[in-house]
Amino acid sequence: MAHPMPSLQPHHPPLLPPLAWFGVALFAAFCLLAVPVLHLAVADGSPWHLSSYFVTLGGKILCYAIVAVALDLIWGYAGILSLGHGLFFALGGYAFGMYLMRAIGRDGVYHADLPDFMVFLNWKELPWYWAGSDHFWFSFLLVLLLPGLLAFVFGYFAFRSRIKGVYFSIITQALTYAGMLLFFRNETGFGGNNGFTDFKRLLGFNITSPEMRVFLFALTATTLIGTLLLCRLLITRKFGRVLTAIRDAESRVMFIGYQPLWYKLTAWTLSALLAALAGALYVPQVGIINPSEMSPANSIEIAIWVAVGGRASLIGPILGAVAVNLAKSWFTVSFPEYWLFFLGLLFVTVTLWLPGGLVSLWQRHQGEQP
Amino acid sequence: MNMTSPVPEELLFQGNSSLGHPLIPGVLDISHRVILYLEQVTVSFDGFRALNNLTLAIDAGELRCIIGPNGAGKTTMMDVITGKTRPDSGTVFFGQTLDLTAMSEPDIVSAGIGRKFQKPTVFEQHTVFDNLELALCGDKRVRHALFTRLQGEQCDRIAEVLQTIRLLPLARQQAGRLSHGQKQWLEIGMLLIQEPKLLLLDEPVAGMTDEETEQSAELFLSLAGRHSLLVVEHDMAFVTKLNSRVTVLHEGSVLAEGRMAEVRNHPRVIEVYLGR
Amino acid sequence: MPQPLLRQAAGWLLCLLLMMPMHSALADWQAEQASTLLGTDSEARLAVLRQWVANGEPFAEAVLKALSEDALLIGAQRPLRKEGGHLVDLLSGQAVADTAMHTESVTINNRLRREVQASLALLRLFASNRAERLAAASALQSRATPAMVPVLERAVQQEKDPEISALLHLGLALAQLGSSDAQQRLQAVIALGESATPVTKATLSRLLLPGAEMDKTVLRQVESSLQQVNRRLLFGEAIASLFSGLSLGSILLLTALGLAITYGVMGILNMAHGELLMIGAYTTYAVQTLFRTHWPQWLDGYLFVAIPAAFAMAALVGMLLERTVIRWLYGRPLETLLATWGLSLILIQAVRLLFGAQNVEVANPSWMSGGVTLLPGVVLPWNRIIISLLALAVLALTWSLLNRTRLGLFVRAVTQNRPMAACVGVPTSRIDTLAFGLGSGIAGLGGVAISQIANVGPDMGQGYIVDSFLVVVLGGVGQLAGAVWAALGLGITAKLLEGWVGAVIAKILLLVFIIVFIQRRPQGLFVLKGRQTES
Repeated sequence: MAHPMPSLQPHHPPLLPPLAWFGVALFAAFCLLAVPVLHLAVADGSPWHLSSYFVTLGGKILCYAIVAVALDLIWGYAGILSLGHGLFFALGGYAFGMYLMRAIGRDGVYHADLPDFMVFLNWKELPWYWAGSDHFWFSFLLVLLLPGLLAFVFGYFAFRSRIKGVYFSIITQALTYAGMLLFFRNETGFGGNNGFTDFKRLLGFNITSPEMRVFLFALTATTLIGTLLLCRLLITRKFGRVLTAIRDAESRVMFIGYQPLWYKLTAWTLSALLAALAGALYVPQVGIINPSEMSPANSIEIAIWVAVGGRASLIGPILGAVAVNLAKSWFTVSFPEYWLFFLGLLFVTVTLWLPGGLVSLWQRHQGEQP
Repeated sequence: MNMTSPVPEELLFQGNSSLGHPLIPGVLDISHRVILYLEQVTVSFDGFRALNNLTLAIDAGELRCIIGPNGAGKTTMMDVITGKTRPDSGTVFFGQTLDLTAMSEPDIVSAGIGRKFQKPTVFEQHTVFDNLELALCGDKRVRHALFTRLQGEQCDRIAEVLQTIRLLPLARQQAGRLSHGQKQWLEIGMLLIQEPKLLLLDEPVAGMTDEETEQSAELFLSLAGRHSLLVVEHDMAFVTKLNSRVTVLHEGSVLAEGRMAEVRNHPRVIEVYLGR
Repeated sequence: MPQPLLRQAAGWLLCLLLMMPMHSALADWQAEQASTLLGTDSEARLAVLRQWVANGEPFAEAVLKALSEDALLIGAQRPLRKEGGHLVDLLSGQAVADTAMHTESVTINNRLRREVQASLALLRLFASNRAERLAAASALQSRATPAMVPVLERAVQQEKDPEISALLHLGLALAQLGSSDAQQRLQAVIALGESATPVTKATLSRLLLPGAEMDKTVLRQVESSLQQVNRRLLFGEAIASLFSGLSLGSILLLTALGLAITYGVMGILNMAHGELLMIGAYTTYAVQTLFRTHWPQWLDGYLFVAIPAAFAMAALVGMLLERTVIRWLYGRPLETLLATWGLSLILIQAVRLLFGAQNVEVANPSWMSGGVTLLPGVVLPWNRIIISLLALAVLALTWSLLNRTRLGLFVRAVTQNRPMAACVGVPTSRIDTLAFGLGSGIAGLGGVAISQIANVGPDMGQGYIVDSFLVVVLGGVGQLAGAVWAALGLGITAKLLEGWVGAVIAKILLLVFIIVFIQRRPQGLFVLKGRQTES
């Protein structure tokens, strides 16, 4: 007790370390400059031309990366493994898909005011919940509100009764399974099995034009960067420290006076919102949304992207989503029958031998060089 | 009532000035000196009575030791006080006005009851400093955690507590790397920083070296007075060193109460506990 | 098997009966009827036919049959038909000697043809073969008309078999409804009130339509009879959905029992559990194929080999998974979940490569087809009954294995306190493997059961995994009793809801219910209360 009172300075971690800022800048330059130039300006025959297949594939994978970051926020930092993020992704996609369906107008197969599938089902008018879906901003709001509300209500009840760990995972899996069954029905009013497809235009522009393709790609890349920075901001604040504390010892957090419910709920709802946003970006690029996006298998695949990249690192899930999905594209073209073997082995190997994911390899490397 | 620890004057005289003082619900009232009442508390699990008509009162500023053989109901008693287990019957009051059986766990904490678990639980992935920051009293809502940053005076408060628990040099160390004894202190520090009125300590010196035990005893004695302490302990040497009032629990109720020397000579205590 | 033989014998008997010379018939064949038949007056021709049937003329069947096949000839005012180069007299059953006889063929229009068909069907009510009479009587329910009353009355008098007799009474009542005599209609309505078929319900409801029935007394009786019928029908439906609920529950139980051991008792969340079911089902398929190719005469018994084989196969695969992957993940439930999901993908793809991606066909043994008729319209299929029994047997076996054997004791010891169990000499790692194998083997048995009532394909396991986890979650961890009640409860609720709102909505409602339920009792149905020392 003889020491003089020392002074301790508050320690504020930076939003990103310098090296990471450099990486973000490089990524932004590639997506916002290189890709547009290579796709639009370089002639079709040139070896430097980036084909539309790769731009679309890239956009799709970046959407997946957004979901992966969203899942990392809740799984990596709060320790809550959701096996139902595909549901929020798909709901966002469906909400935006409604707008795209309405934007087809009378250019569908039946040249009717109603979307084709409704004409096919012999419906005479739009169901009430399609009201307003012809307005872009209303639909955009729906993309966020609907999955956000579902996540909030579900999360409130689940976290309030302290459902956690595997129980929570199973319940979220059941939730997305129920959603899939619901959307498979024709009577639900979202196109049943086939979902939405054959989109024609977005805000009046042709949706399949190269310019639109590049624009959507760049928008997705920007959203991904935004997502990364937002999540990083949250976890460098005290909020993030409380979240990890909840992950490591929840009852202790309660004993020092926090209500874990609201922390979990904030992270969970935000995570669902980000997943929904990714879904909304995914649909115009891929050109289709159907209930199979809600299958439990899809949601659990998101978890493996995060695990492969490395949990609680935010950057890892992006790497994981890109690596796994590139591998998937390659396999399904070259050896379709071995893809499931590969994916299955990936699940097993990562959990057994690389629990820290790809990022941990880098960290180990850093650790060896003091 | 035989006070064992010096009680600060402001606590002693707080309520004595008037007999008909107003009772304000939701505010701790220790005008009758007693900070914690357990009255005829019974808890049973599948027919087994973990607590059997337990009645116990702790004075403000007191350091009280609870001893008793395994299964005497010590941990269950802590669970009841902190709201983790609800009693089948009986009342638990914090001061005169706060009915703990009707409060949620976090509410009990914010009312001023801190608990240290048997097994040290600190946030191992966080630094020592962060552990204390999380425990710091103040606004614990999400909004606050999102939009505000640590202020200079809060930092000073953390440094002060770090000093008390002798962990100042290790402030930036990951808590998971601390020794067992250091983790126990860190946990106590996390309780102290919340400025609780009542501290529940479950076997605080288990697994400590002799030197650490010695230092812990000093620490607790220095805390008594400012805080009320309820210490559950097996280590008789440690309890003797604290030289406080001792309550012996057996089969869920109080067997004996008094100074260590008195309790030691109590025939029933010798029979069920010390004599073995 | 005796059935085909019986049928053959009956067929011969029928032929013999048909070929018997029918001398007595001669008396009732009136020559002028022959000319009526050859005429063009449809009403008159119909009247002739009806009279034969109503009188039960012995030659009626042969003549009508010839008519319906457009083979009836009239020669010398006698009914004849051509058979192989010569003519046969339908009254005597003998060949006509005079090959040069002048004959005229009887042609019929569509109206007449319908009548002939109906009459032939009616005549089957008098067949000597019980099955044929039963079929004819059952067919009556949908096509009884007032014109049939005399025939039916005769049939009722002759019939000795109680089941057929009941059907005949019902048919008679239906036919009498069209009678012009109010008293007869009243009797008919009263009789209908004793039945419980959808047809009677529809018939009675039709009578309530304005203008259908004028007589007040009859109308009142219709109402009360309809109520009786409805009550019986509802009861039958309730029994039927209760039973299908029980049967779904026993399948859920079979799929969940294995989980109750691996997850409930051992705490391993095995997402590949559904694939162990699938392996059980494919083993059943393999055994069936083996029998079909090598011992077709024993095909009906293949199930008795498939049950132990499926258990062994699934247990083997399970133990392999435990040894290679799962054991390294004890205490890390989320990682276990992901790794076992990966294993499930590998198993699915392996089966796809081995057996093809299409569903394979597993047939019920013949002794499992058919069912027990509880009420008219309520049939309990044998395969479902047997699956329920199998579930019961497996439950009893599992329970006694866990509670009555040394292995069970060890399993419980290891799960409660691993280090302590190791200290007292329990080979903990072997016990883990064995217990996991046991859980997996039970899943294999579930696969055998499912193969008997549902599709067998590489993806089949995925559909059961969510359900079976819900059973375990609902039932509470570490409890066989919880799993049992949860499985039966879920099964019955699902079936009752299905009847009410349809399968998909029922499933969604059930999920919502479970989520709400877990709000109230996070530890499941059966909670072990105790000092909570979780930190």
